[in-house]
Amino acid sequence: MTTLQIAALVAVMAAVTFLTRALPFLLFGRGGQPPRVVLYLGRFLPPAVIAMLIVYCYRNTSFAAPGGWAPGLIAGLAVVGLHLWKKNNMLSIVGGTILYMALVQLVF
Amino acid sequence: MNRKTLAAAFPHTVPVLMGYLSIGVVFGWMLSAAGFAPTWAALMSAFIYAGSGQYLGVDLLKSASPLGDAAFLTLMINFRHLVYGLSMLEKFQGMGWRKLYMVFSLTDETYALLAGVSAPEGVNEKDFYFAIALLDHLYWIAGSILGAAAGALITINTEGIDFAMTALFLVIAVEQWQSNARHAPVFLGAAGTLACLLVFGPDNGRFLIPALAILVAGLLLMRPRLEGGGEQ
Repeated sequence: MTTLQIAALVAVMAAVTFLTRALPFLLFGRGGQPPRVVLYLGRFLPPAVIAMLIVYCYRNTSFAAPGGWAPGLIAGLAVVGLHLWKKNNMLSIVGGTILYMALVQLVF
Repeated sequence: MNRKTLAAAFPHTVPVLMGYLSIGVVFGWMLSAAGFAPTWAALMSAFIYAGSGQYLGVDLLKSASPLGDAAFLTLMINFRHLVYGLSMLEKFQGMGWRKLYMVFSLTDETYALLAGVSAPEGVNEKDFYFAIALLDHLYWIAGSILGAAAGALITINTEGIDFAMTALFLVIAVEQWQSNARHAPVFLGAAGTLACLLVFGPDNGRFLIPALAILVAGLLLMRPRLEGGGEQ
């Protein structure tokens, strides 16, 4: 990729991120109440979207060989287990990632 | 903003300091491992400033994603910010030019701090909010640069480091699961997305577009049940 292409991608991500933060102020900053359906989606859509993004992360899982699915499954379960146990973001993320790296590099 | 304000704000931001340094280091390292110069880590953290958004950004840069796909995915992942703004409308009133920065820097962590703190006696409330937002942003930039520099200097086999993004989303999911009494949206999200993945295939993440349509439609259909079942 050229520097310009990288810069364009970063700029798009920055602009869209800012837009999601600015939109409520633009739409409702003058004292209007947001419609109830917006509040409803604001409350229940995020957990659905996180589930969607987890499926996205696992989109390239393959069942042709154990190396295509086992590392992701084992490390994923480890992250959930660690987080239920210690509730420490850093421990869960770094621990799970190191386990995954060890599995793909050394085991499978 | 003066030293007194910074000194008052700093203790409140220590948990974010720890969190942002570590999550930022992992982000910087991932970006280095994907072959991008540390300058990009610094620029992304300065101008995008979104944890999970930037983890996803590494993926988008690595796969040279088309701009439209990048915009859509970024929108998806940052959708939750729409809710934060709603509860900050009053807090940010009368902050002048700094309001723009407050809106830009409204991350999950800064939101959580601002929602819970109040300025001590003798410290201007708006300066105090601004100091918290600015400190958090600096921690994030510092962590990213540290991680990117480490990734550029230390050459170990980094295959699999991109799993950090999956791990981050799993952590968010566990926390949402524990703070919500209703889990139907989680099952809807997983099943709807999986169905679209099977039908459309994994390329460029485009299956997320029909998946999102299914999620919104599904949630609207479930509204009487989810809303009617009493508050959590």
